[in-house]
Amino acid sequence: MTLFRLFYEFFFIGLVSFGGGLATVPFLRELSARTEWFTLAELADMIAVAEATPGAIGVNMASYAGFRVYGPPGVAAATLGIVAPSIIVILVIARALTKFRENRFVSGAFWGLRPASCAMICSVGLGLIREALLTPSLDIKAAALLALLIPAALKTKLHPLALIVFAAAAGVVFKM
Amino acid sequence: MPEIILLTLVFARVGVMTFGGGYAMLPLLSRELVEKRAWLTESEFTDMIAVGQCTPGVIAVNMATYAGYKCAGAWGGVAATLGLVFPSAVIITVVAALLSGFAEYPAVKHAFAGVRVAVCALIIKTAVTLWRSSVGSLAAGAVFAVVFAAAVFTGLHPAVLVLGAGTFGAVFSVRRSVKK
Repeated sequence: MTLFRLFYEFFFIGLVSFGGGLATVPFLRELSARTEWFTLAELADMIAVAEATPGAIGVNMASYAGFRVYGPPGVAAATLGIVAPSIIVILVIARALTKFRENRFVSGAFWGLRPASCAMICSVGLGLIREALLTPSLDIKAAALLALLIPAALKTKLHPLALIVFAAAAGVVFKM
Repeated sequence: MPEIILLTLVFARVGVMTFGGGYAMLPLLSRELVEKRAWLTESEFTDMIAVGQCTPGVIAVNMATYAGYKCAGAWGGVAATLGLVFPSAVIITVVAALLSGFAEYPAVKHAFAGVRVAVCALIIKTAVTLWRSSVGSLAAGAVFAVVFAAAVFTGLHPAVLVLGAGTFGAVFSVRRSVKK
């Protein structure tokens, strides 16, 4: 039953999320609020593991969530769940797809979707920052690390993996 | 069907060799699909990227399904997609098992406290990149503001926000083009 539910929940996310990278994160947060499957802090771990392992980030987050809920069979259920809608949609409408892209309703829809996706990611970001810095009072070490990492992420071409490894080392050295 | 097996292996290789998702895969995909094996033409490759962006789901998966379909029909689409996700799923299983085994060690806890801060920085970077590419007008800024307020202050499901913003965008852009 849990396996079926994992498949179903990730199938739904695969069907309604648009865009690359972290586009599924707002849906995962909604899932964490509605189920006992993972907490907000564990969602942060999920993002880190998905960024730090090879492959598609959205699929990696689904695989990791699946493992947390039901071990290796959970990985299979969640991973197949998130890819199934893509396979179905593309195989059903593949021939019409290239024209689909130029349709003005479709390009208009994406004009609205992109800022919405950005806004939802900002909202999750606020939650994660609160979770990482307020434990429950302001954690000075974490705040200092964030102040260092934000310009590193924005102004340099450092790979996400490098930031994650550096932050993990800082966490161990300064006993965060 | 050797072509199907080859497709699976090629996408498995792309999946295991790229960090960072769909866009990070493009150079490797182009080399494998267009240059080395001539499975796709340049223009089919461009179509693959467009299709990946405008269909629901993870972009890398959409691109794999489309490319596989173009090479070897429906089963090709399935084979390429499963090839793409299989190595990552195995790696994630191993990593997740190790992490849950060591989760109680103080050093691991400290490391993850640091990693959670790094995730905040990565989310901010993603948000800034998305903002620059999507919020180019006052109207798009208004969509951002409304969705942000709804996401922070109401319990609306993200799917409702996605559908609302997409519908608004479609209607708004058509009205705008009628006025012109």
